[in-house]
Amino acid sequence: MALFDHTIKELEEMLHNKEITVQDLVDESYKRINEVDDQVHAFLTLDEENARAKAKELDEATDTSASLFGMPGGIKDNIMTKGLRTTCASQFLDNFTDPLYDATVVQKLNKEQMVAVGKLNMDEFAMGSSNENSSYDPTRNPWNTDYVPGGSSGGSAAAVAAGEVLFSLGSDTGGSIRQPAAFCGVVGMKPTYGRVSRFGLVAFASSLDQIGPITRTVEDNARVLEVIAGHDQMDSTSANLDVPNYTEALTNDVSGLKIAVPKEYLAEGVTPEVRESILEALKVYESLGATWEEVSLPHSKYAVATYYLLSSSEASANLARFDGVRYGVRTENADNMIDMFKNSRSEGFGPEVKRRIMLGTFALSSGYYDAYYKKAQKVRTLIKNDFDKIFEDYDVVIGPTTPTPAFKVGEKTDDPLTMYANDILTIPVNLAGVPGISIPCGFSADGLPIGLQIIGKHFDESTVYRTAHAFEQATEHHKKRPQLGGAN
Amino acid sequence: MNFETIIGLEVHVELKTNSKIFSPSINEFGSDPNTNVNPIDLGYPGTLPVLNEEAVNFAMKAAMALNCEVATNTKFDRKNYFYPDNPKAYQISQFDQPIGEHGWIEIEVNGKKKKIGITRLHLEEDAGKLTHGEDGYSYVDFNRQGTPLIEIVSEPDMRSPEEAYAYLEKLKNIIQYTGVSDVKMQEGSLRCDANISLRPIGQEKFGTKAELKNLNSFSFVQKGLEFEEKRQEKVLLSGGEILQETRRYDEKTKETILMRVKEGSDDYRYFPEPDLVPLYIDEEWKERVRSEIPELPDARRQRYVSELGLSEYDADVLTASKQMSDFFEEAVDHGADIKQVSNWLMGEVSAYMNKHYKELQELAITPEALAKMIKLIEDGTISSKIAKKVFAELVEKGGDPEQIVKDQGLVQISDPEQLKEVVNKILDENEQSIIDFKNGKGKAKGFLVGQIMKATKGQANPPLVNKILAEELDKR
Amino acid sequence: MADISKEQVKHVAHLARLAVTDEEVDKLSDELSAIIDYAEQLNELDTDGIEPTTHVLDLKNIMRKDEAKEWITQEDALKNAPDHHGGQFRVPSIMADS
Repeated sequence: MALFDHTIKELEEMLHNKEITVQDLVDESYKRINEVDDQVHAFLTLDEENARAKAKELDEATDTSASLFGMPGGIKDNIMTKGLRTTCASQFLDNFTDPLYDATVVQKLNKEQMVAVGKLNMDEFAMGSSNENSSYDPTRNPWNTDYVPGGSSGGSAAAVAAGEVLFSLGSDTGGSIRQPAAFCGVVGMKPTYGRVSRFGLVAFASSLDQIGPITRTVEDNARVLEVIAGHDQMDSTSANLDVPNYTEALTNDVSGLKIAVPKEYLAEGVTPEVRESILEALKVYESLGATWEEVSLPHSKYAVATYYLLSSSEASANLARFDGVRYGVRTENADNMIDMFKNSRSEGFGPEVKRRIMLGTFALSSGYYDAYYKKAQKVRTLIKNDFDKIFEDYDVVIGPTTPTPAFKVGEKTDDPLTMYANDILTIPVNLAGVPGISIPCGFSADGLPIGLQIIGKHFDESTVYRTAHAFEQATEHHKKRPQLGGAN
Repeated sequence: MNFETIIGLEVHVELKTNSKIFSPSINEFGSDPNTNVNPIDLGYPGTLPVLNEEAVNFAMKAAMALNCEVATNTKFDRKNYFYPDNPKAYQISQFDQPIGEHGWIEIEVNGKKKKIGITRLHLEEDAGKLTHGEDGYSYVDFNRQGTPLIEIVSEPDMRSPEEAYAYLEKLKNIIQYTGVSDVKMQEGSLRCDANISLRPIGQEKFGTKAELKNLNSFSFVQKGLEFEEKRQEKVLLSGGEILQETRRYDEKTKETILMRVKEGSDDYRYFPEPDLVPLYIDEEWKERVRSEIPELPDARRQRYVSELGLSEYDADVLTASKQMSDFFEEAVDHGADIKQVSNWLMGEVSAYMNKHYKELQELAITPEALAKMIKLIEDGTISSKIAKKVFAELVEKGGDPEQIVKDQGLVQISDPEQLKEVVNKILDENEQSIIDFKNGKGKAKGFLVGQIMKATKGQANPPLVNKILAEELDKR
Repeated sequence: MADISKEQVKHVAHLARLAVTDEEVDKLSDELSAIIDYAEQLNELDTDGIEPTTHVLDLKNIMRKDEAKEWITQEDALKNAPDHHGGQFRVPSIMADS
């Protein structure tokens, strides 16, 4: 059994009993990265020297009470880390070696004595569902490297699945934590909008973005969220609410739980294998004393269009700051200001980023604002209302995380719309701002993981975790490991 | 054909909060470049704005002082445009829900009073400062980035450059009284753009307007508009067409120069700022801010006339700047005579300021010192003539008038016995003058007074000298 | 079928300060047309009287106190700049723009 097959709680116990040291944990990370990352490409930047120094320091510390004491983690590369290169997987930020400050979530992790192993690969500026939009070598799926790991937090999910880190942070704008977690067979949580501070998360779509943890177990996930959640004065959209003790919510008791299963989430487009896995999972819940009913979220089919209009519009403004004046790579081909802007941006951004900036700029431009941007904001209201109504009668909504398991590298790159459609089951959750988790619930005939999505009420991550944990404890899916080079 | 001139003004005023509108950087003018900045001001990836409550209070104060209705529901929007001094490539501003609307101020030109409407007042962030080097590069300093700014847009209600000038003076005066800004054009804390168009008299539809920029003083605004008025008239009379263009005023040639012709309207792609939540300004909040607004210039002017008995003219001059007016009130509070304080401020103090190009607060004299000095004159301790000496000292070095009078031995001699002695000494030395006086030569008495004053270094109490001299001459 | 013309693509690219080649213009014209065409499905919905959602949470009046804080130095501010001189960020002359 590899070290990272243990939960944080178990490792904490082992550290406490001096069976292992923090340096062992950090060794395990870098050893594994050396073994497999030339196949997986989960990391963009490693911070080995500092990580090892920190491990040494922690091994000598007397106070070991911090909640992530010595636990090796990875940070998605769109989360700012002081003194550590942060690229968003974009050539524009290839030279961004010191972002000057730590994101609030990084400050919180550091306070709880995590050891940051390095920065994780992603789709450029978090735009994508396969990691193929990384401007570096795209991450591959550890279960089968011919397949994509999902995106945009593909590096974050793959690194955990491949045993390179114990946990990671991802960000989720339309499914970017849950979809790669499903594709890589790990646990990925998108918290309620406003639960985790966005300060230091490079904005893609400000009204949808949330940071969340990716882990191997629900318990670890709850533990990391407990650390990073909470009100932040630096983020005006962060909710001023106390953070519950999520690990205490893992009671294993779901008797009487009322589950809603939207018929739209098992409809056309969802493969039979995926549908079967979900129905199997619902049987597990029945056996645990929960009940489920089919319901309707009637505006689900409009979510993808709504999402692409809103997220691209916000992104067109959020990415405008990359102009080559204060940071980033400036073009060498410009002798006037306008060409400096245009060429720096065009040389620095990849095709998908440009496409979305174009779409967003168009949707906001004079004469189209009402027809596209404002219309989408109104449909967003309808989608949010759908959820509000269901949650009057049910505790959680359950369905698949994605309509299909991971697809092959190159399979969907030609047609943006097919790629976008892959997010149809995760997008509504961001539009409504509610929390959603993906946990492993089975495997396809090709041996690829399938994800179960559990969606909760605003700020009710506790019930989502309790529901996820009960299933995990009743099944064995989360114990299966991908077979990559090296023993794991 | 005769034309009517239509002028509207857009004024930007920087608010003097301690910190910036969306970041905790210090809000200060004149620091070394890029020292009052942080990652938020520099538009670093991942940073977020958090609204400074005081900036909202200040904007509300200004809006109320300009008779605007203050919005109950308001919000911020992103205004998108690329420019090297605009670090996020969007400016956080207010689009469709400005914090203030439907205001007005009253101006007076050639004795005629007129209300000028204020369309809107909104809150936004200032940009950095861009300068153009001789070396073919431009340079950006982001210290100013994020300074809270209010934009005040007038109705096109002004009909002459003089009215525009009067509007700016009045606006500056009011804002200065609220205390929310320094309103110094030379430091850029007040900036103005002007729109001007002409239309044939009797025509209702507005003509095409030109926008004037780079107007660095109120008088340049007036001069630029005067030039533009004539230029447009010439074009129209020669059958030409006015284009919608941006022009700048050149201070050397005193002309307006074409910068660019506008094609259609700019597409700023405004949309609601997702990083900031809306504002709900309830009556209680409004009332709290309203109660903090000090007495405004019009009210003060009126009070000076009706309660303090000053002339309209004096009241106008004293309230033209808040500093002067506050100085006046403080001196009066220290017990000095109202008329005397007014005379000194409008006379010696103003003369000194004009001569040395100094602001009132740069002078060493305090309201309390001026009040004390006036009291020393009133109780006869010093003469008006000596007072000028004391004032010269106070204005340069400050200090306590009584101490100055004592240290320099400037106390007026009002002791009759002491004066009698001096008078007799002078009479003894000037026999011929006594003879002249007795022979009816009036001049002789003046000569004797002069000699007495000289002997007392000007400190003799003049009425007393006259009285004693007359008595002593009688005795001879 | 929505149609985003090449002229529109060029105009939008200019607004977004992106340099686009003729081939990119052709491709973007097709792709954006297809995406906008797909987005037209929202018009099936009657949204009269529906409030647009900018924020999913109903937060209001989130503000901070007017307190100034030190954070970074001038050296930090210029650290990642592609070009700087004399404490300022240096850029190509804006006077050179046509």
